Amino acid sequence: MSARAGAATAVPGGAQAAVEHYLGEHTRSAGSLPGAGTAWLRELREQGIERFADLGFPSTRDEHWRYTSVAPIAAQRLRVALPAPVPAPEALAPFLFPGLDAHRLVFVNGRYAAELSAPGSLPDGVHLDSLAQVLAAAPERARPALSGLALRTGFDALHQAFLADGVWLELAAGVALARPVHLVHLGVGAAEPALANLRTVISLGARAEARVIESFGSLGSGAGLTTAVTTVVLAEGAALEHFKLQEEAATVDHVARVEVRQGRDSRYTSHSVSLGGGITRNDITSTLEGEGAECTLNGLYMAAGRQHVDFHTTIDHAEPRGTSRELYKGILGGRARGVFNGRILVQPGAQKTDSQQSSQNLLLSREAEVDTKPELEIYADDVKCSHGATVGQLDADMLFYLRSRGIDHGTAQGFLTRGFAQDVIDRMSIDAVRERLERLVVTHVPGPESAQVSP
Amino acid sequence: MSASSETVEELVHKAYPHGFVTEIDADTVPPGLSEDVVRLISAKKGEPEWLLEWRLKAYRHWLTLREPTWAHVHHGPIDYDAISYYSAPKSRADGPKSLEEVDPRLLETYKKLGIPLEEQMALAGIAVDAVFDSVSVATTFKEKLAAHGIVFCSFSEAVRNHPELVRQYLGTVVWPTDNFFAALNSAVFSDGSFVYIPKGVRCPMELSTYFRINASKTGQFERTLIVADEGSYVSYLEGCTAPMRDENQLHAAVVELVALQDAQIKYSTVQNWYPGDEEGRGGIYNFVTKRGECRGARSKISWTQVETGSAITWKYPSCILRGDHSVGEFYSVALTNHYQQADTGTKMVHIGKNTSSTIISKGISAGRAQNSYRGLVKVTKSADGARNYTQCDSLLMGERCGAHTFPYIEVANPTARVEHEASTSKIGEDQLFYCAQRGISPEDAVSLIVNGFAKEVIRELPMEFAVEAQKLLGVSLEGAVG
Repeated sequence: MSARAGAATAVPGGAQAAVEHYLGEHTRSAGSLPGAGTAWLRELREQGIERFADLGFPSTRDEHWRYTSVAPIAAQRLRVALPAPVPAPEALAPFLFPGLDAHRLVFVNGRYAAELSAPGSLPDGVHLDSLAQVLAAAPERARPALSGLALRTGFDALHQAFLADGVWLELAAGVALARPVHLVHLGVGAAEPALANLRTVISLGARAEARVIESFGSLGSGAGLTTAVTTVVLAEGAALEHFKLQEEAATVDHVARVEVRQGRDSRYTSHSVSLGGGITRNDITSTLEGEGAECTLNGLYMAAGRQHVDFHTTIDHAEPRGTSRELYKGILGGRARGVFNGRILVQPGAQKTDSQQSSQNLLLSREAEVDTKPELEIYADDVKCSHGATVGQLDADMLFYLRSRGIDHGTAQGFLTRGFAQDVIDRMSIDAVRERLERLVVTHVPGPESAQVSP
Repeated sequence: MSASSETVEELVHKAYPHGFVTEIDADTVPPGLSEDVVRLISAKKGEPEWLLEWRLKAYRHWLTLREPTWAHVHHGPIDYDAISYYSAPKSRADGPKSLEEVDPRLLETYKKLGIPLEEQMALAGIAVDAVFDSVSVATTFKEKLAAHGIVFCSFSEAVRNHPELVRQYLGTVVWPTDNFFAALNSAVFSDGSFVYIPKGVRCPMELSTYFRINASKTGQFERTLIVADEGSYVSYLEGCTAPMRDENQLHAAVVELVALQDAQIKYSTVQNWYPGDEEGRGGIYNFVTKRGECRGARSKISWTQVETGSAITWKYPSCILRGDHSVGEFYSVALTNHYQQADTGTKMVHIGKNTSSTIISKGISAGRAQNSYRGLVKVTKSADGARNYTQCDSLLMGERCGAHTFPYIEVANPTARVEHEASTSKIGEDQLFYCAQRGISPEDAVSLIVNGFAKEVIRELPMEFAVEAQKLLGVSLEGAVG
């Protein structure tokens, strides 16, 4: 909190050009974005671009961005993605989970693609639609959900300035959605680097239950930036299991933010897996606003090459008897850099809070780096809070055991690395998701070229 | 617990036992800071030209810096022009040759603190370089140390008698431009201690300095430099108390340690500056830069601290592990009560191969106090085989206090192993009940439990300090649970 005071938000030199560019983009696109005729939405976008002009892109002088330089993103002149030609259905196949029976919504460059989607039949009390459709049919309905976002960084501001489409999922009280919702976001490469914005609004009534899977992928190798903002509101006793799989091309940067508000006795479980992207930044914040709420954050990041992956999580225990569990695992090879910043906040009066957090990292190459910062901020005394962080390499004894049985170093390293990742995957409740992830992890384990690092 | 509430009340409001002011004519420079003040300080101390230049450079750099705001503490703005940057007891003019020549009222002050010099010389065998405000007034056991070739004297004396040593090492660990408070200290430091242990010498006694802030509105800017040459060993003790004052006083010290090949430095602190009253008025602002460098192979630096005083503590004794196989250690107990705020921890920077570091931090927070651990473990690319283990535990007493942990872990070498764990707990009702059953009063029970909680750190302290520290923890916390 106090760490942010002063400096940090100043627009760095040369940033004026970026601001000019996005002001231009705003003027160019304002008339063509969904809901352009709605006054409050226009104002919201204007607020966004004005805020961006103030903030610019964050710099590493900002405590929250000290390990993540976004200079490569700031140097790009992104074009607001216009509706792209919808690819053939076969193109979608690699991003689906075989055997998964889900309500599927597909977005291409941030716009809803009805041709590829299969929402299926929805039970009563479930409203699942594209945000653009909601804005067209009943814009006032979306207004409270879209207006409340605090614009903390230039990315939040850009997101709001070019807010276009996304997902609307609303469950009435007591409704349990049996089939999961699968949201597929595809970026299609264009000649110029594109900015794709996605906004997901999830609202669960009292005791409602749902599972939502968000996939992010790329077709082709076009460059660009995806900004995704997901807001989740869970009423009393509601439960959401939220999956995210980020497997975009290394030329695409990804800045995402999830904001969760949890009511009394609600349960929020997040599994966030980051495998792709150039610079990836995920901010996940859950506020336990009601007594007895439960929050579970699991995460897995695997990066190689020159990838940079950064997770910032905050669990805000505002009320008593809250429980939180957090496990994040990172596997870094090549010249990759991983960042984990996990903040647990226990507010005054949030007695009987029970919180555990763990950050574990494997460094597999000489050029890789990991920066981890698990934080506890506690203002109540009758609480149980602990956190742990480790950085290390594969166990030498285990490697020796495998090698003594004739398994070569690279294969042995692969086995053990997959075992390390499996811990996170095992916590997911959907078989089809687990199975595909297990296969993906195999292909992402840094290959034998980094095997020269042996203890 | 209610049965003991009267005692509790009484103890909670217990006045700071070391709060008194000694009336001595202080040779004080008018408040404010400018190049002229820096020149004046340097001139008063009869310093050589190079040191004045060094101070001025630091001062000019300080002007370009802004006061840091990242620490998890809150305080009103500090008016650096309202502080007087130099204060020396008047009787210094001639320089005391022996204890008899020392101002008797000064000696009385030490007596009240329970550290009479004569007794300590006789009983404890400790050489005390007592710093009263800013100028050393008495130094003992010099001859015995001199026989080993050990230099242990005030900083100004070292500048006069060993300028080559001072010049070689001063500012090489904490650069004059390092941070806001270090730059300020470098510009205006008044005095402090200097230690040099020659090659292969094991210092035959614990070296000790008592610091004490006295004159009102006088910031204290100590500078300590300890150099352990190849294969030597030294254990240094630092302890302090301060008299009661309503106004906040700034203390911005710099401590530099240099350990050459195979050398070991053990630096222990008991810090008990005036913490302010129970309403949070007054108290010392303790903004200190302490850093040691393990410059040679197989060298070792160990910091042990018991922090119970100061309104605000902002302190990170650190180790730069440059030499291969060098070792850094940090053992800390930080106790905050009433409105005290502490943001303390360490930095372990692994540069050499097979370097290892251990961090044990125990934070105890009571009343409305805020206690933060902030630490950095950095493993650079070159630090093959680096190893760190960190444990941070917090004990909370009362529902309005806070305990926070901000560890930064940066690893850029795949052969490194870094582990960090932290936990938070409170004193259990069942623990207190168990003690009560056995006739142990709540105060004694709390003291017992807290001392048990802090044991891993206390046992690292030299004997004399361990006893004092245990008492201090008990006294500082009495009545915090009830």
